[in-house]
Amino acid sequence: MENLYLTIVLAPLVGSIVAGFFGARIGRAGAHWVCILGVGLSAALSLSVVAGFLWGDLEPFNEAVYTWAVSDGVRFEIGFLVDRLTASMMAVVTFVSLMVHIYTIGYMADDDHNWPHESLAGRHSYQRFFSYISLFTFSMLMLVMSNNFLQLFFGWEAVGLVSYLLIGFWSTRESAIFANMKAFIVNRVGDFGFILGIAAIAAYFGSLDYAEVFAAAPGLADVEVALFGGVSLLTLIGVLLFIGAMGKSAQMPLHVWLPDSMEGPTPISALIHAATMVTAGIFMVARMSPLYELSETALSFILIVGATTAFLMGLIGLVQNDIKRVVAYSTLSQLGYMVAALGASAYAAGIFHLMTHAFFKALLFLAAGSVIIALHHNQDIRTMGGIRRYMPITWLTALIGSLALIGFPGFSGFFSKDAIIEAVGASHVFGATYAWVLLTVGVFVTALYSFRMYFLVFHGQPRMDEHARAHLHESPWVVTVPLILLAIPSIFIGWYAVEPMLFGDWLAGAIHVAHEHDTLAHMAEHYHGQWAFILHGMTMPPFFLAMGGLAVAAWVYWWLQRRNPDIDAELQRRAGPLAAILENKYGFDDFNQRVFAGGSRGIGQVLWQTGDRRLIDDGLVNGSARTVGQLAARVRHIQTGFLYHYAIAMIVGLIVLLTVFVTL
Amino acid sequence: MTFDTVNLIPVLPEILILILASAVLLVDLYVKEAEKGTLHTLALIGVALALAATLLVGGGERQVVLEGHYVRDALSDALKAMILIVGLLVFVYSRDYLRDRGLATGEYYALALFALLGMMVMVSANSFLAIYLGLELLALCLYALVAFDRDSQRGAEAAMKYFVLGALGSGMLLYGISMIYGATGSLALDEVAAVVAEQGLENLVLVFGLAFLVVGIGFKFGAVPFHMWVPDIYEGAPTPVVLLLGSAPKIAALALAVRLLIDGLGGLQSDWQGMLVILSVLSMGLGNLLAIAQTNIKRMLAYSTISHVGFIFLGLLAGTADGFAAAMFYAIVYAMMAAGAFGILLILSRRGFDAEHLDDLKGLNDRDTWYAAVMALMMFSMAGVPPFVGFMAKLFVLKAVVDIGMTWLAIVAVFFSIIGAFYYLRIVWLIYFDKPTTDAPLTDSGGVRVAMSLNGLAVLGLGLFPATLLAICQAAFL
Repeated sequence: MENLYLTIVLAPLVGSIVAGFFGARIGRAGAHWVCILGVGLSAALSLSVVAGFLWGDLEPFNEAVYTWAVSDGVRFEIGFLVDRLTASMMAVVTFVSLMVHIYTIGYMADDDHNWPHESLAGRHSYQRFFSYISLFTFSMLMLVMSNNFLQLFFGWEAVGLVSYLLIGFWSTRESAIFANMKAFIVNRVGDFGFILGIAAIAAYFGSLDYAEVFAAAPGLADVEVALFGGVSLLTLIGVLLFIGAMGKSAQMPLHVWLPDSMEGPTPISALIHAATMVTAGIFMVARMSPLYELSETALSFILIVGATTAFLMGLIGLVQNDIKRVVAYSTLSQLGYMVAALGASAYAAGIFHLMTHAFFKALLFLAAGSVIIALHHNQDIRTMGGIRRYMPITWLTALIGSLALIGFPGFSGFFSKDAIIEAVGASHVFGATYAWVLLTVGVFVTALYSFRMYFLVFHGQPRMDEHARAHLHESPWVVTVPLILLAIPSIFIGWYAVEPMLFGDWLAGAIHVAHEHDTLAHMAEHYHGQWAFILHGMTMPPFFLAMGGLAVAAWVYWWLQRRNPDIDAELQRRAGPLAAILENKYGFDDFNQRVFAGGSRGIGQVLWQTGDRRLIDDGLVNGSARTVGQLAARVRHIQTGFLYHYAIAMIVGLIVLLTVFVTL
Repeated sequence: MTFDTVNLIPVLPEILILILASAVLLVDLYVKEAEKGTLHTLALIGVALALAATLLVGGGERQVVLEGHYVRDALSDALKAMILIVGLLVFVYSRDYLRDRGLATGEYYALALFALLGMMVMVSANSFLAIYLGLELLALCLYALVAFDRDSQRGAEAAMKYFVLGALGSGMLLYGISMIYGATGSLALDEVAAVVAEQGLENLVLVFGLAFLVVGIGFKFGAVPFHMWVPDIYEGAPTPVVLLLGSAPKIAALALAVRLLIDGLGGLQSDWQGMLVILSVLSMGLGNLLAIAQTNIKRMLAYSTISHVGFIFLGLLAGTADGFAAAMFYAIVYAMMAAGAFGILLILSRRGFDAEHLDDLKGLNDRDTWYAAVMALMMFSMAGVPPFVGFMAKLFVLKAVVDIGMTWLAIVAVFFSIIGAFYYLRIVWLIYFDKPTTDAPLTDSGGVRVAMSLNGLAVLGLGLFPATLLAICQAAFL
């Protein structure tokens, strides 16, 4: 088994190394083939692992494959923990990654146009891109397959690094550089909490191994740390680790980097900033469920953060005009739903939504990318419209993705989102009612912004210029095939997975839920098959709200817009200050830019001027250099060149030795 | 009186060098001016043979021959081999310089070979008499070599200074030896050691003699305050002679110190330890400080030598087997680095031009990337930057000092070596970041490039894998 798992992890790495270091030699086709083969192998094997768990007799695997160091009893290892939770993640990651690899062939085919002429960074950018996405796949697999915190941290940072590299992929663009720096720095804040959490685990548990830590956790449930006047150890660890998740999974207030990350090429927005990397935080919390179950405070914190993000970020999506940014805010909002599920101890529902979301959100991004290619990198939805007729496959798949996103009954998103809202409703931790209200209203918002975009892009009169419209045509097969392949699970995966994932024993053993928190078990009592679930869902407020949102969007952006093409701008004008708040994204960016960025630059300036330049450079470094230089200039005069001076020096030296050592 | 069969096998390397030196003198009479290159070849072959002989007769038990005056042990094997290797480098590096100036005469090779012989005798000496014999043989040859370029006024002045001060130093050494002879009644080191162990510090005459010996040793090494000759001689003597004088004799001087202080007067360790501490601190301090103020690179390297001597003394004064091994390691490594650095100066020199000033190194990288890299490597190593061998050498002596609880001394040493890093790195800076002042071709015919490459790679390789050389050094003090 060890070799199988090693192959899954290392195949993308090999692809990445070959494409990255030998990209110039093997050419474009060589690079995409080696990467696709690597990821394809890994995807096939991952699916076989899932099949092994589903129909075979595969047992969870938990072993170290390499011991790096042992220090003071703490082992630093590379090891794999592959249970059903991991297997689900592996399948999702490698499948979406494979789709994105194929799609990239089409998307990046004309990448030369994105670089200034003769740009050195633009040479072999195609191969480099493939190398990066394969490297990302490797890193993400290392993260999800880890059986210890050290490797988890490695994967965590490695995906962060690749995300940074890819957001700033078009490194000649000012905005891309700003965005990747922002993503990196914001994630640093989260990672600081994350590594403090890991440090606390190492300090109190004396181990970094998941199994050992989980086994010891109940015994440490009552330990208090003398911090802020005494706080429960597990609450502290839980909150610190979750701060890491807030960075990676873009929860408020550390969400600010994700919309900007859309500066990167669209395939990676789909893969990294929608389907996989940003869900690392969700996965991590689910993986740590044995720890979180012991701290209701931490759960409550998670629940409130998640629900707030879900609602507020969805609202911003209403006023965005960049097609990718609408999808990005939708991602933020959906991540909020997943996090809220974790807070309600419905880890399985969170993972379930993670999975369905990975498919339909990757689909939406890739469909958006398909539109973007067709319009030659125009991303403004105000200048689109009527694309349905020119790009039928893109249109249909985008419609499927949107329906899945808003939770249309029967589509995958319906099952997972409904489960989350019900679980939060059944939860009793502090803030559960608040969260339930926000999440439920959020459904309306989701439907509204999703279909606002859908109608503006695909319906109505074409608003692009003549030249662009003349060239509109469906994307090549490398683009449409991944869309179709992603549309299939976007429809059906919910239907098939809802029972084993939420109410069956698929995740039993991987996820631990305390009895008093077990909201899903409560729901399981009323579960009587998919049809009953759908029918029940159709009697609940979320369904009406989703349909309401859809209807409003259709009325405004389809019906009214026919007569008044400027309806969107007019509405925003009328909304006045409310729209302004949303346009400013609640002022987070300005605040960060002014207070944190400005503040740290100010402090840096002061430290640099007085501390570094005046004290260290002028004082210590140059000062001592000057002193030494002057001393040397003076002392050199003892070397007079006269023989008798030399002789005297020797004699004096002898006399000193004699007096010191003979007389004493 | 009985006649034992004299066992001359252990002395084979010295005999070979002696024959070689004499042969060079004779051959010189019969070869024409144009064919003086023969002498070079002859010297190389001879030294290589002696090196082979050293390795051949070496190893195994300690052997004492020639009526107890002469010893062959692990220490002498290793040091002799290193002296001969450095000797080979010296001959290879010097050839072009000497030939271009018409100095490649039989006298040069004969004197240089006799100097090598003197060093070998010092290394293998087992009595005061033999030590003094070797020392004087070396010194007399060096005096003559410094003045070898007869038309050079600077050379003559330097030789004069060297001779007078050398005489003073030798005189003091001899005076010390005579006092110890008076106190112990013997010239053989083992017998002296036995008496010293018995009488120890109570015999003031011994301590008195010791002080004189330390002055002699300090002079040979060039330790402050007996260093005054070093900068003037380095500056005044022809560069090939400085190369010879600045490299291998440090190894011989180490042997001198080991034979006298450890083999002979080991019982007085508490005293000579204190004396060496003084010399060591002064050498590291003054050497590094004054090197900064120099613009003449030969003078700068002279002060650099002085500071390195301070480091070698650190190992010696530790008084432990590890310390001695560290000092030996340092001396060997230093000889290699010095040979490389002066070798580069020789390559930069050409007919009618001696590379002597820091400016002459400017932009070396543009003139020859490989030599620039080797020179930079030598400088990094001398400055003690990892992973080069100079770092390991410093690390070992510092560790030896820390192990005996003299942490303050280690801190002082590190402090001064930080100051020292400045002038070494300045050379690296000149090599890489300045424009060359000339585009004259470099002189490196024959095997110079090969030898210099090996020299450079040894400095890097030994830094990465110091274990073998260190093991050899440690074996010498078991």
